[in-house]
Amino acid sequence: MAAPFSWIRPEPHGIHVVPADCWIDPSQPVANALVTHGHADHARGGHGRTMATAETLAIMELRYQTREGALPVAYGETIALPGGVKATFVPAGHVLGSAQIVLEHAGERVVVTGDYKRRPDPTCPPFECVPCDVLVTEATFGLPVFCHPPVEREIGKLLKARADHPDRCVLVGAYALGKAQRLIAELRRAGHDDPIWLHGAMERMCGLYEEFGVTLGDLRPVGDATKDELRGAIVICPPSALNDRWSRRLPDPIAAMASGWMCVRQRARQRMVELPLVISDHADWGELTATIEEVNPAESWITHGREEALLRWCQLHQRRARALALVGYGDEDD
Amino acid sequence: MIGFAALVDALVYTRSRNEKLRLIARYLQATPDPDRGWALAALTEGLSFSAVKGGTIRTLMAERVDPVLWALSRDFVGDTAETASLLWPQPETDAMPPPSVSEAVDLLSRMTRMTVMSELPRLLDRLDADGRYALIKLATGAMRVGVSARLAKTAFALAFAVDVEQVEEYWHALEPPYRELFAWAAEGAEPPDTSERPLFRPFMLAHALEDEVLDLADYVAEWKWDGVRVQAVHARGESRLYSRTGDDVTGAFPEVADALEIPAVLDGELLVRGNHQGGESGGAASFNALQQRLGRKTVPKAMLAEYPAFVRLYDVLILDGEDLRELPWEVRRARLEALMPRLPSDRFDLSPVIEADNFEHLAELRAGARDAAIEGLMLKRRDSPYVAGRKTGLWYKWKRDPLLVDCVLMYAQRGSGKRSSFYSDYTFGCWNGDPDEGAELLPVGKAYFGFTDEELRQLDRYVRNHTVNRFGPVRETDRSLVFEVAFDSVHASKRHKSGLAMRFPRISRIRWDKPAHEADRIETLRALIRD
Repeated sequence: MAAPFSWIRPEPHGIHVVPADCWIDPSQPVANALVTHGHADHARGGHGRTMATAETLAIMELRYQTREGALPVAYGETIALPGGVKATFVPAGHVLGSAQIVLEHAGERVVVTGDYKRRPDPTCPPFECVPCDVLVTEATFGLPVFCHPPVEREIGKLLKARADHPDRCVLVGAYALGKAQRLIAELRRAGHDDPIWLHGAMERMCGLYEEFGVTLGDLRPVGDATKDELRGAIVICPPSALNDRWSRRLPDPIAAMASGWMCVRQRARQRMVELPLVISDHADWGELTATIEEVNPAESWITHGREEALLRWCQLHQRRARALALVGYGDEDD
Repeated sequence: MIGFAALVDALVYTRSRNEKLRLIARYLQATPDPDRGWALAALTEGLSFSAVKGGTIRTLMAERVDPVLWALSRDFVGDTAETASLLWPQPETDAMPPPSVSEAVDLLSRMTRMTVMSELPRLLDRLDADGRYALIKLATGAMRVGVSARLAKTAFALAFAVDVEQVEEYWHALEPPYRELFAWAAEGAEPPDTSERPLFRPFMLAHALEDEVLDLADYVAEWKWDGVRVQAVHARGESRLYSRTGDDVTGAFPEVADALEIPAVLDGELLVRGNHQGGESGGAASFNALQQRLGRKTVPKAMLAEYPAFVRLYDVLILDGEDLRELPWEVRRARLEALMPRLPSDRFDLSPVIEADNFEHLAELRAGARDAAIEGLMLKRRDSPYVAGRKTGLWYKWKRDPLLVDCVLMYAQRGSGKRSSFYSDYTFGCWNGDPDEGAELLPVGKAYFGFTDEELRQLDRYVRNHTVNRFGPVRETDRSLVFEVAFDSVHASKRHKSGLAMRFPRISRIRWDKPAHEADRIETLRALIRD
């Protein structure tokens, strides 16, 4: 009998499912790819076949303008891969279409979480806990200083800043895939029904969310607005546009940023953010550790992010763990 | 403490001075005594508690957090207080409600080295992460939220619609939490009595002389010395030295403060004795020598001997209990001259009045001044009273013409506030040899003013189109643009690779026309060093 888990190998450019010759979130073009979600550091173009949720495939098509080799897999659906490997896609709660991938082979079960969070998100189904032998977990916010506050508190801060400055606008930097739509959906949930203005880079992705049934309300392109129309408005742009030339058209914008990193003051100051909003689409430290306890795997493999601290935590709690040296992740989201 | 923590956080993220003023003013209006007074003290001079130090926080954390996780976290966050505030374990049982600022100050001041390890945690348990951050910063005396004493006083004046110069004068009479100051400003009580204490009195300042020609029958000329403007004060056996901003700098210059033993308030320039080119021996050295002594809380003996300080007196405000500020300059000057024999001559001398036949003669004297300790001229109306701040027509400063050098733009950084989308801070360099034979540019200075808004837009475009490298908010350019840089003086400096440091560099002209290899060399700049 082969050594335990020898059929699944972490390589620098992705996780290789050997008997099926499939790769999970490969950072280079491969013949068969299983993709957890649509962020660019996980979903790249150029694969022969891409297995992912319909939402993720639609996001990839929007970005790479091709659907070639796309094989949609529904949440909860199990597909048979070559070499006697079964793969099941389970909600990860990260962004629209995001999935954990459950792999079964030779009586062993491995769960690759991809990026995930445990908080409710109106734009995607919640994370589901799957018992397994090996949990391959992300560690983006893998430091004990990360404790994300309730999203309602942060939305409250945003709405208060807007109310306090009727002559200015609040410009929120948010990633175009996931964070922007969640922010809009949370604003709507908090009763904010006014138009929300979008940077051009946000428009198509918001449209795609709506096509998948996520209602985002009255969205308008900033390009069409006069400066006066934008006074007292909430405007959403990609983080790179926050302090760039583009923002000069806005009425004295208050620079806000929605990101898990915003809980560290220096991080916010470096980005010249005046209104930090600690809104994250990743698990915070408490959730990362609680998830390991809940899933209770025989082994945890820790990938992109701050592996060292989570590894240390596993050590302190007598849990088997190892850090995987995967490259190229964590570039886009949060 | 919750309101104070919110204020601290808002100040951390706010870059605009006006917005900072509004934030502090609003807090002072809305917060009762004595909380607002303690908060004001914490923001400006900082509070000190003998039992609570930076090391106390680290020890507390070591008892609660695994050392590896602490080190990884501290490394990422970059600040001990913030790391501790985030890592502090939430208490399992319901703690007491958050303390007020004054309750926190009271508890902190009663802690001893014996009790701090059990008392401080109880206080931290009562706060959330933002509250813990503000508490630790307050307790360890380092707020660093970009609030100078002057800014806080201006905000105070704004909050209660009182005169900032009066705030300045009374402020120094009082100890935190400044109850009498608030009683006067917010409730209209009598102002505090300031006569018997060694207090700071607001300085009289000068406007820059533009193109005016002044009649020397009305104005008198003095040298403008290149030191630190100070006020030396003595009352009831106590002496103090204050900087222009009202900061107490007595600790850095004890020999000067101790030498004043008569009840007086004197205005002058703090200088360091040293040899210099063209001046009297044993006279004033350049500003660079003085810099060795600035910013210290205490001074080592060797430094007292190597860089002895003295004050060159310009004016007398109060003498033997008599307030002279309403009197004309000529009368005050006579009183000052008569006072000189009562002062030790190694610590105080008199800034001489310059004899000039007419304004043209004065301009010649100004142009010919080669003394490194001279920054230019002062022109004072002979009948001017001593009034706080800058009042038009009374005093003028007429600085020496700046030095000019052609430098090459090397790096540009984004500005802040309204300039945050513009590359507006420029680092420029000079050649360390012949550029045609492979010489390199070495940075010699940094400037962020001297250009118009239109020029800023052009420079911003230029930087974006000539970027070769990016480092966070900084762009490296292709080193093709020449600036004519104006500066007041240049000094040797070990801190910079070029070995030079400029004083007050600013962009004088943008030389779109000049090729980079024709910019000046380091040696040209080095020849301008005068100390």
